[in-house]
Amino acid sequence: MHMADALLSPAVGCTMWAASAGTIAYCSRKIRREMDEKKVPLMGVLGAFIFAAQMINFTIPATGSSGHLGGGLLLAILLGPYAAFLSIASVLLIQALFFADGGLLALGCNIFNLGIFPAFIAYPLVYKPIIGNRPTKGKIVAASIIAAVLGLQMGAFGVVLETVASGISSLPFTTFVTLMQPIHLGIGVVEGLVTAAVVSFVYKARPEILQCALPAQAAAGYSIRNVMIVFLAASLLTGGVISWFASDSPDGLEWSIQKVTGKEEVEGVKGQLHDLLASLQEKVAFLPDYSFKKQETPKEATLHPASVTSKETADQASGKQEKDGDSRLGTTVSGILGGLMTLALAGVIGFVLKKRIGAV
Amino acid sequence: MSHHIVEVKNLRHVYSDGTAALKDVSFIITHGESVGIIGANGAGKSTLLQHLNGSLEPTGGSIHIGHTPLSKGTLPDIRRTVGMVFQDPDDQLFMPTVFDDVAFGPLNLGYATADVEQRVTEVLELVGAGHLRDKPPYHLSGGEKKRVAIATVLSMSPDILVMDEPTNGLDPFARRQLMALMRDFEHTRIFTSHDLDMVMELCDRVIVLHEGEVRADGPAMEIFGNDKLLAECRLEKPLSMQGCPVCGGGPARVSRPHPPHHHHHHHD
Amino acid sequence: MASINKAVLDLKRLDLLANNDSVIHRLDARAKVLVTCVFILCIVSYDRYELAALFPFFIFPAVLIALADLPALFIARKIALLCPFVLVVGIFNPVFDREVLVYLGPLGISGGWISFASIMVRSVLTVGAAFILVGVTGFTAVCQALERLGMPQVFAVQLLFLYRYIFVLSEEGGRASRARELRSCGRKGLGIRSFSSMIGHLLLRTWQRAERIHMAMLARGFTGQFHAYRQSSFGKAELLFVLGWSALFVFLRINNVSRYLGTLITGLFT
Ligand SMILES: Nc1ncnc2c1ncn2[C@@H]1O[C@H](COP(=O)(O)OP(=O)(O)OP(=O)(O)O)[C@@H](O)[C@H]1O
Ligand SMILES: [Mg+2]
Repeated sequence: MHMADALLSPAVGCTMWAASAGTIAYCSRKIRREMDEKKVPLMGVLGAFIFAAQMINFTIPATGSSGHLGGGLLLAILLGPYAAFLSIASVLLIQALFFADGGLLALGCNIFNLGIFPAFIAYPLVYKPIIGNRPTKGKIVAASIIAAVLGLQMGAFGVVLETVASGISSLPFTTFVTLMQPIHLGIGVVEGLVTAAVVSFVYKARPEILQCALPAQAAAGYSIRNVMIVFLAASLLTGGVISWFASDSPDGLEWSIQKVTGKEEVEGVKGQLHDLLASLQEKVAFLPDYSFKKQETPKEATLHPASVTSKETADQASGKQEKDGDSRLGTTVSGILGGLMTLALAGVIGFVLKKRIGAV
Repeated sequence: MSHHIVEVKNLRHVYSDGTAALKDVSFIITHGESVGIIGANGAGKSTLLQHLNGSLEPTGGSIHIGHTPLSKGTLPDIRRTVGMVFQDPDDQLFMPTVFDDVAFGPLNLGYATADVEQRVTEVLELVGAGHLRDKPPYHLSGGEKKRVAIATVLSMSPDILVMDEPTNGLDPFARRQLMALMRDFEHTRIFTSHDLDMVMELCDRVIVLHEGEVRADGPAMEIFGNDKLLAECRLEKPLSMQGCPVCGGGPARVSRPHPPHHHHHHHD
Repeated sequence: MASINKAVLDLKRLDLLANNDSVIHRLDARAKVLVTCVFILCIVSYDRYELAALFPFFIFPAVLIALADLPALFIARKIALLCPFVLVVGIFNPVFDREVLVYLGPLGISGGWISFASIMVRSVLTVGAAFILVGVTGFTAVCQALERLGMPQVFAVQLLFLYRYIFVLSEEGGRASRARELRSCGRKGLGIRSFSSMIGHLLLRTWQRAERIHMAMLARGFTGQFHAYRQSSFGKAELLFVLGWSALFVFLRINNVSRYLGTLITGLFT
């Protein structure tokens, strides 16, 4: 369930990046301040353990298919929220760099979906209250399953929201939700069962390990609120700034023009400023409508870039289609052709360079 | 130089799961001695060594290094004095490259960058790992790891060298190299090994641990001459002291670059 | 990640690539991280129906693979294992977005297919950029670069630990899993009980290892502060690298080179 660069818009990607980076900074400070350096190698090595554990498969009861440990909740139980969050984030970073799981921009989303929810919600607010002070086998199983399911449900919902907000995928919100949530219900139950089994094992063999995560959370309630505030502030800030400059529905631009000119209708504005902004928008538009328009852009489109939202773009496109289908066909064919040529060119340049390097 | 005396008094260690790994261990090692600690698997050798630089805290008893009691306050000094090579080099090599790993100790001690560079280069040459300098530890062979692990400790110029099974996993040549290295180290050496020939060759003194207790402590010759003791502690004579199974007589020994001080001591 | 065994092998290979020596390898890691970021941002900033304008961006991976002498086929194979999630989500685009946007002769192509193709191309470019970054830089250097760009030290250090011990622990995990396979006579998977005890043992061993590592660190004078030994610096070559590529990306982003070129060619024939 890794989010990927290819499905993300820069606004969503950067916002989630900022939120995750802020939380990482906060957790690192926390670990540092509590002089918990002993945990630093432990965090790293347990992160590596997750990879190792994923090499071992088990049979999912009553289905015959096999699954493996995800690990987010387990890390939270072993390390406590802050250290676990950092450890999960590192696992995801390695997956992004080496396993093609998502990509670097999507890392922000993935850390958020798979890190924040298990470490700061599922573990402290669900698992711990159920376990209480005296864990029993039954409590461990119940708490693990409920926490894992909730954590994954929230994570999956995060994926849906991020995907829909980015607008690269055409999946409608409701369809996507009804696909994702039930799938992750199953995954969550399995994850919960496995986590419970491993935790029970550790609890029997070395109960003191499970205790060691406890003292750090004396003030958990309060600190977790801090985490939430940090990441909310970070995401609001970046979200605001980015959507101001680069929103895929240029409401921010429209709004700013209104504010600058003090007039209600944007159509009425005809100053230099508007032309400038319009041409800028045309250049950097996050929704350039090149494949549906003629070489010589229709006047109104350039003049009212602010009204070009994705839906309208499509409408415009289909509306114009009958009028100037031929020339559009021309530009598209030439676009694709040119694209393939540049691709070939890139390949040739690479090849030639390689030959020359080899010759040296 | 009384400075490097190692004194262990009534040392006891019980692991958190209740295993009493050391029951009542006492000995004194004076400066410049070379001491081998031998014993069967699980006898408590590693546990004992880990106390010598404060990696483990005693459950009971005390440890003095050069008349300084080992305590929380004296730990940094003692760790600078006692260089420890762990049993599994993978535990010791945690930095991204061999160079970084060997530089880790000197940097922590606050040496200047240029000094660190020079020291690392020297030490790596010394253990014959100069060519591995920029490699990550996970791409090294077992023996190479071991050599680098030793370099990480030597780079801090310790006064007491403590090694847990230093020749384990080394090929014959590397083993010889390491033994020469240890012979040249002029300060106190304490190590454990199942390589009894090496113990025989390098140590004046041997301490036999058995189930967490010191069973014997004395000159190597004496200990290895005591068949009853060895059998009780699940140990054997070094090969060099056993009769040669092929020629049926003299001790089997491959030619070696450094002739040992004491060889061919036959007992009947 | 069912084939994590293979993934770890690939990881080793990718890791070894970073030991090569080339113009690109020698650059300070920060420069490469920055350029990769600009590259990815430019790619994802395109509208979902954009396809042709993405192609010129292949110049970046092509040049880097060539200059750094990376095995192009290996990289291509890694990229071909595209994140399955992208594929699954992307394939819904043709289902929901059926409006025909482009006619190629009599053939109508819907927006859904165009955006699906666009998603695939984006995926190849962004994922490829990540692989190339580690291939020409190495994980450690990427980590250190991120740290110098502001990543907290605690995070950076435990990342390095994680990376270091993947190699040790994945071998342990692999051994355990092989031993199990040998004894289970070809049955796939493991009952949850034996699975949990296997994972549990692995976990306890890992925990002890972490304790020993911490001891080894303390034994070598560690007091909580990591001292870095750094040699590389951000010089003229790095500045040129960053500015040059960024300028090219922005230029490509603003000007649809594919279309210019295509118009030129089709213009010649009509
Ligand atoms: N971390 C630990 N927790 C609990 N028991 C331990 C731990 N480490 C060692 N032990 C136990 O303490 C005893 C002594 O172990 P130690 O590692 O010191 O033996 P050793 O003499 O070094 O053996 P070997 O020759 O196999 O290295 C053993 O019974 C072992 O099972
Ligand atoms: Mg041992």
